[in-house]
Amino acid sequence: MDEGQIYARLTEIFQDVFDEDSIVVTPALTAKDVDGWDSLNHIRLILTVEKAFKMKFSTSEIGSLQRVGDLVALIQSRVQA
Amino acid sequence: MNPLYAELQWLPRVPDDFSDRLKAVRNSADPPGGALQALASYFLDLNQLNKLAKTIEKARAARASLDPLTPFRLAVLSNSTIDLIVPALVASAARHGIALEVIQPSYDQVAQEALTPDSKVNSSKPDAVLLAIDYRALPLKLSPGDADTASATVQGAIGCLQALRDGIKANSNAVCIFHTFAPPAEMLFGSLDRALKGTRRNLLDEINRELADFTLASGDVLLDVAGIAETVGLADWHNTQLWNMAKFSFSDELIPLYADHVARTVAAIRGKSRKALILDLDNTVWGGVIGDDGLDGIQIAQGDARGEAHLAVQHLALDLRQRGIVLAVSSKNTDEAAREPFEKHPEMLLKLDHIAVFQANWNDKATNIQAIADELSLGLDAMVFLDDNPVERGLVRKLLPQVAVPELPEEPAYYARTLAAAGYFEAVAFAGEDLKRAGFYQDNAKRATLQKQVGGVDAYLASLDMTITFQPFDATGRARIVQLINKSNQYNLTTRRYTDPEVAAAEADAEVFTLQVRLADMFGDNGMISVVICRSLQPGVWDIDTWLMSCRVLGRKVEHMVLREILEHARAAGVHTLTGAYRPTEKNKLVIDHFAKLGFAKVLEEESGLTRWELAVEGATPESAPMNVVSLGFLDDKEKLLA
Repeated sequence: MDEGQIYARLTEIFQDVFDEDSIVVTPALTAKDVDGWDSLNHIRLILTVEKAFKMKFSTSEIGSLQRVGDLVALIQSRVQA
Repeated sequence: MNPLYAELQWLPRVPDDFSDRLKAVRNSADPPGGALQALASYFLDLNQLNKLAKTIEKARAARASLDPLTPFRLAVLSNSTIDLIVPALVASAARHGIALEVIQPSYDQVAQEALTPDSKVNSSKPDAVLLAIDYRALPLKLSPGDADTASATVQGAIGCLQALRDGIKANSNAVCIFHTFAPPAEMLFGSLDRALKGTRRNLLDEINRELADFTLASGDVLLDVAGIAETVGLADWHNTQLWNMAKFSFSDELIPLYADHVARTVAAIRGKSRKALILDLDNTVWGGVIGDDGLDGIQIAQGDARGEAHLAVQHLALDLRQRGIVLAVSSKNTDEAAREPFEKHPEMLLKLDHIAVFQANWNDKATNIQAIADELSLGLDAMVFLDDNPVERGLVRKLLPQVAVPELPEEPAYYARTLAAAGYFEAVAFAGEDLKRAGFYQDNAKRATLQKQVGGVDAYLASLDMTITFQPFDATGRARIVQLINKSNQYNLTTRRYTDPEVAAAEADAEVFTLQVRLADMFGDNGMISVVICRSLQPGVWDIDTWLMSCRVLGRKVEHMVLREILEHARAAGVHTLTGAYRPTEKNKLVIDHFAKLGFAKVLEEESGLTRWELAVEGATPESAPMNVVSLGFLDDKEKLLA
């Protein structure tokens, strides 16, 4: 799975989680930019991503995510591993 | 995780256009209730449940009618994060015909909310309070091997739970729904934990047992979370990472299952549990096709793996029948061929005697199921249809969406488990009458046959040798009274639903006149068949708040005899006027003329169809019917005795 495919899949997931079809996921996207991206929806987002990509993240990995680019890098490291 | 439970595999899979269909509902001017229930009937993941709940909340905020969903207000008290659970509850409730409104106080305010009279929860006057607390909220002091301390710990925990209940009762009189406690997967000694007093597992076992006994006796409701967790496995239930990160008390992947269990329980409180199981025969009740394979070819024998799978279906059906679920058959076969295994196959557990209505013909199954519902005088929403054939399932779902139709896996060994897992027959109480109910419906079929034979209705009624018994509400009858109040739809003048504590309050209130009515006849005891509540709103006037009757005894002039009884007590109490109302619902057209037939005068008719009626007690002489009358336990009887 290349980076473009990960972003495409993440866009679908974000639209689903935040129930908003206009969201397009970019590397610099952060919680401030998305309506409703609070701590609870963050958990819901991470759980949905884990399920969609069939992988589990550690507590510290989840805690270190600042922007969507970090999440994509994390997913990529697992896909390659 | 076992997908049967984690993914609610008895539900159809969600279609690709779910989001589009949901948007169409949001943008439509039509009342959304029916469409939302249809969308809720698929298996939905957490995000889909969330979206559906949002649509329901929007409709509620816009004050749109959510009919035919029944409103229910549920307060949730929890020591954990329930923000993702609440939308799942709202959406899952729609699946079970409930328009759920959730009152959610701030995080971890269990005791404050229960014990403060004007707390958010108590002042919202909920119908029920869900105490969604897990073992972490209990004051558990581990004392391995110290039985005395262990016993004190158990009593302390039960005392805490009772104090919460007492606070809620005193301040809002809501029904309490208690969780049992799922123990953590981690052991201290190992297997010894189960046996040794004072270990966490041993303490929680005892607390769960005491809590179960306590709720059964108090009329509160138990949600067996420990049982759900056992079923899916404690290691899957408890997700320690999610507890640490976000204080989720169980795995996010099991929220849809948990929410469906809460929704079933709420629906059961509202009397919405299913009442009848309709069975397909070929490849469902037995392996093979009777018309092709013949009596010797079908698989139903012990010792045959395929046969045992179908025997398990028969076992479950029989067990359900024993607890009061009515059984019926819908099969595409000739009647003769379909009956042959029941009559002649030595390994069949189900016999023709167990089946209330037997429909074997070449009509489509929707037509047959409608005929079964009509014959049983039950609504389609009381029916479950079990069929191995996906085409038949699809047809029935499409034509009769009110009927519950579980998906079945390829492997027949899992048919019985899938049916049981779906929880269609969830009950929150069990009354003695339930045991006999399946028999009642069958007796009714016999009575109908007799009616055809004897001709005239009066001669028929006289031939039934009926005895009608009147009593005021009492503790013995309460469970059945609550059940009738919450599930009678057709013969119900006002369709007012009352909880156990509300019925107990009416029972104790001297200003309220109550009747529980039983009817026996030559075929046996029908049990409690009618309930009346009259409230004295002004001196000399009784207003009929509730008047309902079981449709089992329709056409027996029971309502005339009930009115005679009410009048007798009204006269004794110095009441000069009875007033009553007919409040129309989708299901109670049957009683639109109830008061007119009994000689009441119409005094008001509203645009909504609501009508109000009056009867002067003096000179009212309702028709009598041929039955023996027994009147027991009324205060005025006691007074007569004293005088």
